[in-house]
Amino acid sequence: MTWEIVVGLETHTQLLTRSKIFSGAPNAFGAAPNAQASAVDIALPGVLPVLNRTALEYAVRFGLATGGRINQRSVFARKNYFYPDLPKGYQISQYELPVVEGGSLRIALADGEKTVRLVRAHLEEDAGKSVHELGGDSAVAAGRGMSGIDLNRAGTPLLEIVSEPDMRSAAEAVAYARALHALVVWIGICDGNMQEGSFRCDANVSVRQPGAPLGTRCEIKNLNSFRFLERAIEYEATRQIELIEDGGKVTQETRLFDAERGETRSMRSKEDAQDYRYFPDPDLLPLVIQDAEIERVRATLPELPEARCERFGRDFGLSAYDAGVLTSTRASADYFEALVASSAAEPKLCANWQMGELAGALNRDEKDFTQNPMTPEALGGLLRRIADGTLSGKLAKEVFDVLWRGEASSADEVIDKRGLKQISDTGAIEKLVDEVLAANAAQVADYLAGKEKAFNSLVGQVMKASRGKANPAQVNETLKRRLAR
Amino acid sequence: MSLSHDDVARIARLARIDIPAAETGEVLQQLNRVLGLVDELRAVDTTGVEPMAHALDARGGMAQRLRPDEATEPDRREAYQAVAPEVADGLYLVPRVLE
Repeated sequence: MTWEIVVGLETHTQLLTRSKIFSGAPNAFGAAPNAQASAVDIALPGVLPVLNRTALEYAVRFGLATGGRINQRSVFARKNYFYPDLPKGYQISQYELPVVEGGSLRIALADGEKTVRLVRAHLEEDAGKSVHELGGDSAVAAGRGMSGIDLNRAGTPLLEIVSEPDMRSAAEAVAYARALHALVVWIGICDGNMQEGSFRCDANVSVRQPGAPLGTRCEIKNLNSFRFLERAIEYEATRQIELIEDGGKVTQETRLFDAERGETRSMRSKEDAQDYRYFPDPDLLPLVIQDAEIERVRATLPELPEARCERFGRDFGLSAYDAGVLTSTRASADYFEALVASSAAEPKLCANWQMGELAGALNRDEKDFTQNPMTPEALGGLLRRIADGTLSGKLAKEVFDVLWRGEASSADEVIDKRGLKQISDTGAIEKLVDEVLAANAAQVADYLAGKEKAFNSLVGQVMKASRGKANPAQVNETLKRRLAR
Repeated sequence: MSLSHDDVARIARLARIDIPAAETGEVLQQLNRVLGLVDELRAVDTTGVEPMAHALDARGGMAQRLRPDEATEPDRREAYQAVAPEVADGLYLVPRVLE
């Protein structure tokens, strides 16, 4: 039996504001427990929430970047549930009238492109955190069956972005999540730090026979890495298919992904929680966004990934693939433009080095472009010496490694100190070639007798004699000329 | 519309209110009276009237005020935790709830 997997994602992105969504407490990660929890965040009686203007602006920015509709009137609602890290007993969210509705996101797949439709994006506050593994003074409390509550995260502004169930595999869901992640970082509304929980996905997974109506879905909560997202969806889809093929039925429920065991399991505590009894929050008036405000935000939008990708292809003569890779993040695209400017080299040479040596080194050291130790000026200086013939490709890679390790500040410095300058002087190369020919009479004879391979061996000997510094094209040409006589 | 005993038990559970079995009958009557009031409101013809989200949400009414994005609140943890039932290492302590 063939099965089709259907996936929709709900993504919580923490907005990169200085203060919380409804209070003036700082919005920063890593403070001492409860040091950033104000009276509003800990829900003392009598306090009132006041919306952060920048949080709203970021939501509008996202809506504009994805072609969604900005609702000029939207409403905050109370989502009621009980949990120790939610001291009010409700989360302020948006229900019937979110800030943004509609829009879409283009994603790149192995076999082409796909457009994923968005349902909505709404503003809400994050909850606090429960700490079950207590140490220090609180270890005694843990022994008595107590948990700790840290409300620093309570009130952190979130934009919850809901997709249509448009993905048809775990790989497509990951491609969507990656594209969304790149976009929210690109437009500057989220730092994208998944380890710190700045970007978290819930996956709605169901299976069906192709063409049949949607099957019953399960929601897998809080997936904070692309790898977990992929594994959780794959596991869940297989579980549902096996369940149905064995004559069972999928029950709609919330499940947790256990990364250690690589499986999803039911969250029993959420069984009752589907009834959140939403109602408009009487503490907050309806939110009105004027046209002028929307236009002001539109003017702050940077050039978006798709437009930049097209421009890279057009202005730099790059292939669609190269342009796509280089514009996969804003940091990468910015780096590339700085590299082209500082190297004055062919954009294709710049692209090859950024996507080859540089990407390889970043990958090896588990860094991304924001943690790149190699400035575009340093790499640009190196590419300039390739372009003007000072360095061969092989020597350039050695210089790159020296620069990467931070042992020198410029390519020119490395070339000077290590005497790496490529030998392009005709007289010097002829001398090297003649010496090698004189010392390898047997191979010369082989070549003249028709053994083509002997030629490569002679090239190798000359390169070795020059300690890799001879210009390979000139060596080839000189050898051919000498042997033709 | 009227509620059953089961509805009362479910609403009480969602609201974390402990209603002894002996009192559910009385609560049921009270809630049904509230619903009766709602039914009266429902009888009013509201065709063409846009639902309000707030008492001040009338045409030409008030819109939500916004706050500039500035961190203005100092750390007052000590004062807040002085009135908490139990704290340790800066954390509020609560009976454990595990998933």
